[in-house]
Amino acid sequence: MGRGETVSLKRVVITGRGAVSPFGLGVADLLDGVWNGRSGIQLMPDWQSIQGLQCHMAGPVPPFEAKPLLPRTIRRTMGPMAIYATLAAKEAVSDSGLEPDFLASGKVGAEIGSTTGSPRIYEALYRQFLPEESVEHVRSGMFFKIMGHCCAANVCLALGITGEQWAPTSACTSSAQALGLGYMLIRSGRQEAMLCGGADEVHPTVTMVFDVIKAASRSHDFPLIAPRPFDLNRDGVVCGEGGGILVLESLDSALRREANIYCEILGFGHVNDSKSIANPHEDSMARTMRNALAEAGLNGDDIDYVNAHATGTVLGDIAEAVAINNIFGKDVPVSSYKGHLGHTLGAAGALETIVLLEMLNRQEVVPTLNLERPDPACSVINLVHSVDKLPLNIVLKNSFALGGVNTAMVLRRWTE
Amino acid sequence: MMSDQEIRRRVAQIMAEEFELEPESLQPDATLYEDLGLDSLDAVDMVVAMEKAFGMKMADEEAVRAVRTLGDLFDLVCRLKNQQVDKE
Repeated sequence: MGRGETVSLKRVVITGRGAVSPFGLGVADLLDGVWNGRSGIQLMPDWQSIQGLQCHMAGPVPPFEAKPLLPRTIRRTMGPMAIYATLAAKEAVSDSGLEPDFLASGKVGAEIGSTTGSPRIYEALYRQFLPEESVEHVRSGMFFKIMGHCCAANVCLALGITGEQWAPTSACTSSAQALGLGYMLIRSGRQEAMLCGGADEVHPTVTMVFDVIKAASRSHDFPLIAPRPFDLNRDGVVCGEGGGILVLESLDSALRREANIYCEILGFGHVNDSKSIANPHEDSMARTMRNALAEAGLNGDDIDYVNAHATGTVLGDIAEAVAINNIFGKDVPVSSYKGHLGHTLGAAGALETIVLLEMLNRQEVVPTLNLERPDPACSVINLVHSVDKLPLNIVLKNSFALGGVNTAMVLRRWTE
Repeated sequence: MMSDQEIRRRVAQIMAEEFELEPESLQPDATLYEDLGLDSLDAVDMVVAMEKAFGMKMADEEAVRAVRTLGDLFDLVCRLKNQQVDKE
């Protein structure tokens, strides 16, 4: 492509899904948990002895042995989050039917984010370093587990991907940004396909981020009913973990390969909120949704469902409900998956998009788990209360993050 | 004090655990890179694992670089361990 040449934008579709979630390994377990209204949240008894930490809940991935799943030469540079991302990537590649020679062609890239490198490995490093300020027994794989692009780099190595490698590290929007940038890279013709998503880990220092700003739940009741997005008694976030990967691909490539297509990406909104580094703001949320709709050439009336970011915080859920109301009014169905999964942070955008694609596939909406008494301040939108059959064609997915990041993506069910 | 025989057995055990190798592959003439499939990152970890297990330093980088086979590693660790005993 030479200077001054015009470029026709490619259509971008999703052709593969892979997940590691609080419900286990694989997309099937994730969907099974969500559709059966289960919660992936549990008490973390070991956290009760951590001074100052007031949230003792999380949504960890159930224990599993990685050794039989990944060879040592690949696994040696991976912390838990890179393992989650790699297992999800392998599933997504298999689901999409991407062949090894295509992955190694340079036409396929990976964009996989996380909040930071592995917090569990950071802990191990500093436990070793601090007592005597010694790095004597540090292993060669340490850096590759804690670097910001640990997931993307390890996935590329494990799958022989030779195209562009990117790794957004924007906390709770890491994988939403990955999907957005992957969409732009394919749209512009730079890559034919991208493995996009993110991963993150449960760790007390991660929950601490929300705990210190009084945004983490303290509802340690039994049975656990936290987090509770949009509920009157919601009291904050519960962190989860996992990895979610989607295969984004140009429509031309997907048709050429006769791949199964889940949906087309029609638009991506991405705006910064410069008012506060921590507090959500409805104007910025609305602006990102409007931008996504504008890129898709659509109006609010065209949207059949909104998947909310809604994490269960007092301020965030109200701001999002008001923003959605401003654009879509009171009729469009809305729910959040955070009640099922907790906030899986860097994995959230991708894991929740996987569930959303299944809603398009099944033509069913899933309600927000733990939503019993809607907060009147959040009741300016149509909150879904049960699994219902509904014609779903075009949907919008929100993802927001501390630091002022706001994203929204518009997806259309593939029926052609 | 460990005998050379015990040191060799322990070295083989560490290599098997550290690099998930089959015990039968751990023959003295097995080359680290070609036969056992190790690479330069593994070589760093191998030294760390030996230093930790035997409570010694393998500071002579030239001597470490000269290790090509498992037998060479046995010999180097035995030599360093025995030097350590002599000093004590």
